[in-house]
Amino acid sequence: MSELMSGAKILLECLGREGVEVIFGYPGGVTLPFYDALYDNPIRHVLVRHEQNAAFAAQGYARSTGKVGVCCATSGPGATNLVTGLVDAMMDSIPIVALTGQVSTKLIGTDAFQEADTFGITRSATKHNYLVKNIKDLPAVIHEAFYIAASGRPGPVLVDVTKDVFMGNAYHEPVNAIHLPGYKVYTEGHTGQIRRAAQMMLEAERPLVYAGGGVVLGNAHEELRALVELLDVPTVCTLMGLGGLPSEHPNFISMPGMHGSYAANMAMSGADLLIALGVRFDDRVTGRLAAFAPHAKIIHVDIDPAEISKNRNADLPIVGDLKNVLPKLCASVQEIRSDTGSPERPAIKRWWKQVRDWKVEHPLEPVFSTSEIKPQHLMAEIDRISQGKAIVTTDVGQHQMWAAQLIRYNAPRLWINSGGLGSMGFGLPSAIGAQFANPDQLVFSIVGDGGFQMSLPELATLMNYGLPVKIIVMNNGYLGMVRQWQELFYNNRLCSVTLDSFPEPAQLAGAYGFKGRTVEQPAELADALREAIEYNGPYLLNVRVTPTENVYPMVPAGGAINEMVLGPVQPTSVA
Amino acid sequence: MLQIISLLMENKAGALMRVTGLLTARGYNIDSLTVARTLDPALSRMTIAVEIESHGRRQLIKQMNKLINVLQATDLTDGPSVTREIVLMRVRAVQDVRTAILKEAEIFGARILESSIDGFALEATGDIERLDELINIMRTYGDIEVTRSGAVAVSLEAKKLRLSPPIYRSEAVVSEDKNGVV
Repeated sequence: MSELMSGAKILLECLGREGVEVIFGYPGGVTLPFYDALYDNPIRHVLVRHEQNAAFAAQGYARSTGKVGVCCATSGPGATNLVTGLVDAMMDSIPIVALTGQVSTKLIGTDAFQEADTFGITRSATKHNYLVKNIKDLPAVIHEAFYIAASGRPGPVLVDVTKDVFMGNAYHEPVNAIHLPGYKVYTEGHTGQIRRAAQMMLEAERPLVYAGGGVVLGNAHEELRALVELLDVPTVCTLMGLGGLPSEHPNFISMPGMHGSYAANMAMSGADLLIALGVRFDDRVTGRLAAFAPHAKIIHVDIDPAEISKNRNADLPIVGDLKNVLPKLCASVQEIRSDTGSPERPAIKRWWKQVRDWKVEHPLEPVFSTSEIKPQHLMAEIDRISQGKAIVTTDVGQHQMWAAQLIRYNAPRLWINSGGLGSMGFGLPSAIGAQFANPDQLVFSIVGDGGFQMSLPELATLMNYGLPVKIIVMNNGYLGMVRQWQELFYNNRLCSVTLDSFPEPAQLAGAYGFKGRTVEQPAELADALREAIEYNGPYLLNVRVTPTENVYPMVPAGGAINEMVLGPVQPTSVA
Repeated sequence: MLQIISLLMENKAGALMRVTGLLTARGYNIDSLTVARTLDPALSRMTIAVEIESHGRRQLIKQMNKLINVLQATDLTDGPSVTREIVLMRVRAVQDVRTAILKEAEIFGARILESSIDGFALEATGDIERLDELINIMRTYGDIEVTRSGAVAVSLEAKKLRLSPPIYRSEAVVSEDKNGVV
């Protein structure tokens, strides 16, 4: 069956075949024909208030569901506004497809109105990108884009479509096979390597699972849990991996890295085997590489061969999908055990005791005060409400670290934050995407007073679509993380970090038609949060917290991760 | 040290930019780059000569292999391979050195393309170092103008080329029925 259709219709047809339910976008001149076709198409379009937020919202959708998120922008400024959202998705391996309009083929290169070299500009911002100048190429390109975005190590794909392709007509033949001869995805893992890895795991005396975003992206959380329980091994989850193992799981030791827990960082430094699963040995996790996990052999499982031995040499690399590799590792472990039996391992018992002692010595604990709301107090209250079940989105900075340290995430895809790129303004629009995908779930958007103001226009989107996102502004009146660094490393010479003139929340929210409030007294916090949650609609809760509270533990830049500053008073092990 | 990288890639708009983009993003300066169609017109073969330290090299080859348009990126620096370059050159020569120039050209196996009162136009092929030598010698005879092609290389090892088979979109077809979209 083939019928004559416009390019815009063909594009929507292909999106429908990919199961797209919602597009986050912003129309413009050259995408007019696309929006005209959208007029009577079942796919929903969410009008954001800035294209950057379309990309972030698509990410929130993708991160909370695992499905490909879709965003759309017009040519020129529309497309360039997407770039931060694309790079952000690239850094955190989030599957999104960005559709952009381009000026007509015959106008390309003439500095036409709203022309930008989107294809060139987004080359390094995407996993792959396309410029479609011929309507015949369109269906295959769209299906390739979705396949590339979602498969292997996921990532953003941009498709730039010229106006004449939108407007042209062609007989649409659905494309059922795509050809990407150079695109290799290794999913199975090498059998021999898997057996050797299992052997190493059973021989290790101080093993540690170091699990990252790959566990979440690969939907391998159950498989991870099975391995962790089979080996009974302590496990740290990176910022991107939180929820990969439930925070309440007895084997979970919390997050490692620059603001990781004492126990997690000491365990990393003390382990003799790191079982690194879907991680990239990011500098925020490893600290000074030369001093990172100095006693450990490394088993590194990742779907991306380029991650193997990129930062830290892997003693035993396995390239594959965790979803496939982890069960094979379990099977191998069981097989070896059934041959050799499971002898008593006193060394493991000593290791567990050591890890537990570290946990007790310096636990991650909220701080309370009776006179002011401590940011940690705020996170503890949110944790009490969430019980490990709510979706929490954040920006980047102090609030993000406290939310990572102190809120439990008992399932993957609840914790949504800008990890690799660290984009301010991410929290609110990503919450929009997450709430769209999960209409019945409680969604907190915890943001700082800085990042919140970067995405302010999206308050209208919340109201527009009746999205009951609970915005919790952790308001310390500063760009807190930058201020913390200026205090600690620049002699407290605070330069351009003070955020005065924060809008009055009740008035701000009221101007958009929903409710807002400020809370300053610790005694009122619980009540204010309850009000926010019970309110039927979006809610803006502005929480005035201690302005100069710092995030600890902290590994100073360039330090080894076991050289943590544990609190404001004593830099214990720092030379 | 100069590294020679050979790539087999799809002959598509933008493919070149993706490869060079990986290099420029890391601040590497490309010494030479050649690209041309292969027997299969849908594919191109590219040879890049670039200065990279050895650690960065392995990572770079992996990154190149990740590019969707690249079928195979191979590091030819250490393996058995042949690298050649072509140089086109004009030598301005006064009467008394013309014979000497012709002798040198003969030693290097260079061909005379044109001869005029002003001098000669020459063509020579060879490995990079030998052409450097030829150029240095010719300079001693007078003003020269040189155009070099950049290195082209071929591996002498049989490397298995793994191509991904077509992907059939069975799941997508299912979702199509579910949504009732034709």
